[in-house]
Amino acid sequence: MASRRQFLKAGAFGGAALLIAGYWAAPAADPEAEAVAGLSWLRPADAQIVMALAPVLLGLAELPVAKVAQGVDQAISGLPLATQEEIRQMFDLLGNRWARRWLAGVRPPWRMAGAMESARFLQRWRESRFALQNSVYQGLHRLIHAGWYGSPASWAALGYQQPAAVMGMLP
Amino acid sequence: MSGKIPDLIRQGLASGWKAMDGAAQRNDLFLSADVAVIGSGAGGGIAAEALSLAGLDVLLLEEGGLHSSSDFRLLEAKAYPELYQESASRQTLDKAITILQGRAVGGSTVVNWTSSFRTPPDTLLWWQENHGLPGLSVEAMRPWFEQAERRLGIGPWLAEPNGNNLVLERGCLALGLRHARIPRNVRGCWNLGYCGMGCPTNAKQSMLVTCIPSALSRGARLLSRARVDRLAADPAGKSISAIEGSFLGADGNTPSGRRFMVRARHVVLAAGAIGTPAILLRSGLADASGQTGRRTFLHPVTLSAALMPERIEPYNGAPQSVYSDHYMHTQPLDGALGFKLEVPPIHPLLASVTFPGFGSEQASLLRQLPHLHATLALMRDGFHPDSRGGEVRLRSDGSPVLDYPLNDVIWDGARRSWLAMAELQFAAGARLAMPLHEAARPASSWRQARAMIEGLPLRALQARLVSAHVMGGMAMGGDPSLSVVDEWGGHWTWRNLTVLDGSIFPTSIGANPQLSVYAFALRGADHLARALARG
Repeated sequence: MASRRQFLKAGAFGGAALLIAGYWAAPAADPEAEAVAGLSWLRPADAQIVMALAPVLLGLAELPVAKVAQGVDQAISGLPLATQEEIRQMFDLLGNRWARRWLAGVRPPWRMAGAMESARFLQRWRESRFALQNSVYQGLHRLIHAGWYGSPASWAALGYQQPAAVMGMLP
Repeated sequence: MSGKIPDLIRQGLASGWKAMDGAAQRNDLFLSADVAVIGSGAGGGIAAEALSLAGLDVLLLEEGGLHSSSDFRLLEAKAYPELYQESASRQTLDKAITILQGRAVGGSTVVNWTSSFRTPPDTLLWWQENHGLPGLSVEAMRPWFEQAERRLGIGPWLAEPNGNNLVLERGCLALGLRHARIPRNVRGCWNLGYCGMGCPTNAKQSMLVTCIPSALSRGARLLSRARVDRLAADPAGKSISAIEGSFLGADGNTPSGRRFMVRARHVVLAAGAIGTPAILLRSGLADASGQTGRRTFLHPVTLSAALMPERIEPYNGAPQSVYSDHYMHTQPLDGALGFKLEVPPIHPLLASVTFPGFGSEQASLLRQLPHLHATLALMRDGFHPDSRGGEVRLRSDGSPVLDYPLNDVIWDGARRSWLAMAELQFAAGARLAMPLHEAARPASSWRQARAMIEGLPLRALQARLVSAHVMGGMAMGGDPSLSVVDEWGGHWTWRNLTVLDGSIFPTSIGANPQLSVYAFALRGADHLARALARG
């Protein structure tokens, strides 16, 4: 299994080659992301990534993506500071247009990325032989699922509900 | 039934308990006590009551917050950040195993699934013969188990198992596997199924509603949202002179800037098998044997999901009521890893983050939640010569992380357990079964499942592994050069330091550990109270 250091080193070599390639074809920069209401941890560019990937990851077309971003934001806020730093690195990596294009293999900016392209990225990183890519996939999987299925809005589709008799007796 | 459920903790606070919230402290605090107990879970909670009953002035220090039944709203998104270490997302260093561990007044007892097993006789015998602990026979331990069982309402669960547990029972019957019902620590349980989010009816006999209120009623003090940073040893290196720590803010995460210092005649460490060694490592007080934080065990858990034709509503009803130890006894104790079969409750958030897939495949599985069953296999680590557990390390900010490398012995157990669970699920009538692994696909027959499981790659971040049982790291033993504490939890180096939590177990337990922690903590606290009475 490749360590993070090996992975980053490979990334640096690859990065140099990509800079040369990029001289001819710089990947499209993400347009300035619009702010989403109610976020305290996620930056607008992070929220853009969450909202682009959530429908693909969750397999739900009709999804209130801003609500998912708020759920993700809340989930991250409860994590220890060391874990929050790792998640910062994850979003910074994915938000970098070179990394998006050449590591994640997603051509257009996240907001315009097609479902097929995003799904291919997720599947590749899920199966990758690099532990870092596996853990980014699992991190996104974890955060976005927690962000949606932690919300009662998701329950009806699952046939899940809290026991009504008890809820009425809670103080 | 009508009316509101009473909140024992809020009533107690109104009656004048000396409970202080660290987040509310505006000044640094200096305290003293006969005994300072660090951690209020199964070990610290039950010890606090025993020591208070012995007439000692007890101060209980807890990193988590004081939450009570009024706060328990049967909501995962609320419960995990409030009641669990790292929002129920604590992971081993390589992120291969997710660890569910409580962090609140009452510790993991507030959120566990109430399964209450005595330490298995073969585990006790192993400790007697291999760890220099001849006093720990089944007979010698019996009174401590009985005392804990009486205190906490532990007994047979007489209600019908829920649908999820019935699948396990039916599978065992069909295959002729030995199985039984799980004793639970409840009184007047409503059979709801939300144990993991804090019991809203106070039926679960956790430390929060039993021993901690009893200690507080006897004058013990409780300081919550108080994180112990380090212990200071006296210059002669014979005893612990002070406890130093930080108060946490209302988010339970960020230090508020206010600090505390405690001087106590005796210190009890009960911060759990990751927290306890971490405090000593942060303090530069690792023991002479070099064993502090080593041989930490997890009962690594594999999972297998199944779709049942009938509606089983795996979120409703007592979460764990049936188990099978069949695969604990198919090989020698120190041979290929044995595993215990149980089921987990299935609620949307935890299920969705644990099930490996994504996209429409994942969504269509989750849409069948009322028909979803999961079996779990907890592997007995620490007996096989190559099963040496993990090691607690410190991150640069001083927070602990468990390095638990996965090796061939674990992977062999994982594969056998996936096979056993899929076979059992089809025997119970499953339509589809699937081990929780990134490369697994739902199989529609036992034959198909077997072929798929035989081909699964065995590596970290592909298999989904979890754990809810952290044990070891401060092993008790008969020889100070091989162990950290004696059989009563007394530290070999520091005379006024006793460890009373799951960290003292020299191997994993081989069963859900809460009753083992209670019994050993009661035994150690009794020994300590007698020693302190002698002066």
